[in-house]
Amino acid sequence: MNKNKSRNIFIIVCISPAIILFTLFMVAPTVEVFRMSLYRWGGFSNTREFVGLDNFKVLWNDTNFIQAFQNSIVLIVLVAIITLVFAIFFAAVLTKEKVKGDNFFRVIFYIPNILSIVVIAGIFSAVYDPSTGLLNSIFGVLSLESFQQMWLGNQDIVIYSVAGALVWQAVGYYMVMYMSSMASIPASFYEAAELEGAGKFKQFTSITLPLIWNNIRTTLTFYIISTINLSFLLVTAMTGGGPDGSTEVFLSYMYSQAYGNSTYGYGMAIGVIVFTFSFALAGIVSHITKRDVLEY
Amino acid sequence: MKKSKGIRTETLYKIFIYVTLIALAITIIIPVAWVFLASIKENAEFYGNPWSLPEGIHLQNFVEAFRDAQMGEYLLNSVIVTTLSLFFLLVIALPAAYVLSRFTFMGSKFLNSFVKAGLFINVSYIAVPIFLMLLGWDSGLQELFGEGMFLNNRVILALIYASTALPFTIFLLSSYFVTLPSDFEEAASIDGAGHFRTMFSIMLPMAKPSIIIVILFNFLLFWNEYILALTLMPGENKTLPVGLLNLLAAERAAVNYGPMYAGMVIVMLPTLILYIIVQKRLTQGMTVGGVKG
Repeated sequence: MNKNKSRNIFIIVCISPAIILFTLFMVAPTVEVFRMSLYRWGGFSNTREFVGLDNFKVLWNDTNFIQAFQNSIVLIVLVAIITLVFAIFFAAVLTKEKVKGDNFFRVIFYIPNILSIVVIAGIFSAVYDPSTGLLNSIFGVLSLESFQQMWLGNQDIVIYSVAGALVWQAVGYYMVMYMSSMASIPASFYEAAELEGAGKFKQFTSITLPLIWNNIRTTLTFYIISTINLSFLLVTAMTGGGPDGSTEVFLSYMYSQAYGNSTYGYGMAIGVIVFTFSFALAGIVSHITKRDVLEY
Repeated sequence: MKKSKGIRTETLYKIFIYVTLIALAITIIIPVAWVFLASIKENAEFYGNPWSLPEGIHLQNFVEAFRDAQMGEYLLNSVIVTTLSLFFLLVIALPAAYVLSRFTFMGSKFLNSFVKAGLFINVSYIAVPIFLMLLGWDSGLQELFGEGMFLNNRVILALIYASTALPFTIFLLSSYFVTLPSDFEEAASIDGAGHFRTMFSIMLPMAKPSIIIVILFNFLLFWNEYILALTLMPGENKTLPVGLLNLLAAERAAVNYGPMYAGMVIVMLPTLILYIIVQKRLTQGMTVGGVKG
């Protein structure tokens, strides 16, 4: 009996700080996001008024939100596809080919992932600078002046500039992920395929790809969730959503409405939509990419 | 005939591989190295060719960054917040992970999935609600004592950093504790060791490799974090990334490049040094917990 009591005390002492802090600083704010989205709160009045789904109705016709929505979709699709292709290619090369200095490449490729997003924003401000930027000066040296752009000033291309920075940041991380699952594929599979006369590309599509498929599916969810998050952090630090809203993304619009504009209720309604949207999208993608798991 | 053609495509393929690998390596090394070089350039040099090497070592940029842009003060804040956060995180997460993974009790299943659900909560969504919560507490305190203490407070920020890192950390540590055989605890119990003794002197020392991974990941996370710091520290006690954010914004308005690049070096140098020392552990550890921020 006494032993049982000391066990219970031990359990409570060990887990209650974690549970209390987790509830206070993560669960409660998350619940608040959903609750506040039903109130009109902020601006110059400090009163809260329950308005039901009114915030969502306003959102439906908010052209700024629709633009942020489009920008986010463009970024998610572009960043996911380009990063996926690059990361898988380099992972396959570094695991399957006997490359000299493979460790060096792996170490270098992972570097962007350890940098603060603010530093990345600074780096790409320097790369994209119209007059003294690295990118334009390369085109100048190669006499390709027609390629020189206002990378962050031109409304039509700035979203692709942002996508470039996000891909740069992400390739190494996903490459390391794919490398670890490729490394667990037995070499005998490739030897057998070699004997049957299958080329490298054939080996890749019929052995590597099916066997790491589950890993790829998991990372698709990561791409969606992390692009929504990182595009916000990068855009806030690099372009501030400009020029003229052309790089405004989901969460940057939410943040500027809730924190900058103090229309908390409206900002939180955006948060609810984005939260729901990202989960729905992740669910759909995960569902349509479902294949029978290959055992090996 | 056929064979020699096979060898030729093989060589071409090898060349192609090296070209792509080197191309990607260059696109990563050049901009990072360029920032380091730019941080010791004089302001006039920024108007010329961006590829020219620095004419001398102009450390004045760092002096200006530290003094005029207060990066020295922010560096201290970042060190304090990061250290405190790691301390809070370990003290809170280790016992919780140990109990949640190795004890069954009423509600243990629920608590495990409760904490795991936190993996899906992203800080970017909840920064503003946390700000409003602290603001509310502060105005409550103001009525009672005349001043608030929750906003602009390094200790509170550290506590919130630690809290937001709990789900991932507990998840990672639990996945290690689960793999240990229960013989250890039985032996300790027979020897008369209590639960606390068993945890501190037997179980926690064994988890050292996982603890190191936890520290590495969360160091990078806390050191680089800026959205919570920006939101919750609107007044004093800014951290380094927020200070750098101000430098970036100032650079857009006025033109003083040098201190900005010096600021970038100050922010990234500690992480780069740490990475070079521990890169193997970090990329291996990543596959244990694979969650991206």
